[in-house]
Amino acid sequence: MPMNNDTEFRPKIVAFCCNWCSYAGADLAGSSRLAYPADVKIIRVPCSCRVNPMFILRAFEKGADGVIMCGCHPGDCHYTSGNFYARRRMTLLFSMLDYIGVENGRTRVEWVSAAEGVKFSQTMNEFVAKIHSLGKNVRLEDLRCKN
Amino acid sequence: MQELINRAKQLLSDGTVARVLGWKAGDMTYNPEPAFFDNVKDLEEHFVYNGFCGANLSKYMIEASKLEGKTLVCLKPCDTYSFQQLLKEHRVDREKAYIIGVGCKGKLNIENIRKAGIKGILSVSGAELSDACDQLTITTLYGDKSLPYADAMLERCSVCKGKEHKIYDELLGDSKETKSADRFAEVERIENMSAEEKFAFFQSQLSKCIRCNACRNVCPACSCRKCVFDSTKFDSSQKANADSFEEKMFHIIRAFHVAGRCTDCGECSRVCPQGIPLHLFNRKFIKDINELYGEYQAGADIEAKAPLTSYVFEDVEPSVVAQRSRS
Repeated sequence: MPMNNDTEFRPKIVAFCCNWCSYAGADLAGSSRLAYPADVKIIRVPCSCRVNPMFILRAFEKGADGVIMCGCHPGDCHYTSGNFYARRRMTLLFSMLDYIGVENGRTRVEWVSAAEGVKFSQTMNEFVAKIHSLGKNVRLEDLRCKN
Repeated sequence: MQELINRAKQLLSDGTVARVLGWKAGDMTYNPEPAFFDNVKDLEEHFVYNGFCGANLSKYMIEASKLEGKTLVCLKPCDTYSFQQLLKEHRVDREKAYIIGVGCKGKLNIENIRKAGIKGILSVSGAELSDACDQLTITTLYGDKSLPYADAMLERCSVCKGKEHKIYDELLGDSKETKSADRFAEVERIENMSAEEKFAFFQSQLSKCIRCNACRNVCPACSCRKCVFDSTKFDSSQKANADSFEEKMFHIIRAFHVAGRCTDCGECSRVCPQGIPLHLFNRKFIKDINELYGEYQAGADIEAKAPLTSYVFEDVEPSVVAQRSRS
């Protein structure tokens, strides 16, 4: 059956990127002309530690199909230790989401430095492919906000 | 109980404490409620301590710490964990508290008695601290009924942390071991389900939620003056907006906010008017923390580093969730 472009599934993906590493990594990916899907919407945060577990849940509530958080590599945090705290928090949150029955592929954490434009675009391509295979997120959406 | 009243009267009369925080009799024998007493007469008339005094009084000490004079507080062994956790967070003042560590032989849940098919309950006896607490005698409209004490106990007492008081000024009354089960057994059972089964299980439980916020209000760890669930900027504060997602978000966030600080006192499940096993969320976090970051019991040690405010370089990556997942 021919694929109709109008109804093709376009996932909504929210990426929280830390200002100092991953956002610069995304910038490098852009200026190096490395392609990654436009489905990824980047939200810049001062540090990965700024990402409140509520942000992730709110993203899902508002209709995101996948949420990815990117930060500096452990040990490279601009604020010395922010990403260490974020790492523990996200581990527990993702484990809880898995526990209540949300596919664990919909959430991801990746450490991307400012020099890793290639890694950024690869990660995003992989993640979008993964969400494509999982399909639309019907588990955590806010029904009233869907059009 | 008389021993406790006498001691409280003595401390109140000699001016050691300005008030007593304990439980007063409710309109039925099975629903005593937390209360402050500031005179001997009230103490004599209304003070009770029996198997139905499940309420954890440590949270009331936050406000009592701001009052003039000392407050005598009766804490059961599990309550002392909550008190110590609050002390660690500088929410209560140790100087303002005179702690009597009261004995505990397991606390009862009236719903369990009702579930056993006993209707028209007038009074329950056999639940005094001086009793053996093996058998309950229930006076009903239809005559006397009998039920083993353990069958009427709160779930949390069957997975008791132990009858040792972590912090106290003096001890009163005997305790009896009530632990008979592993507290993570139910969490493990859910972890082993498929994603669909997990989702269906939590949906069936959480759809009962009426967002009364009782679990938040009673929780000794949940004591911020400003709460995200009271903010009008979040949909989650508006009960009318509640949909399937909001229910889950509320419960995930509620449990997350106390992750690493929850002593597993079980108050959330005890007060839930809808009977939702809310402790399953808290215990999942406790289990994960124990497995990933080392054994940690909130409130057990005032010096120990809290798991979510500390880290080591070699911590596991969040991708461990996918590897550990059994669904």
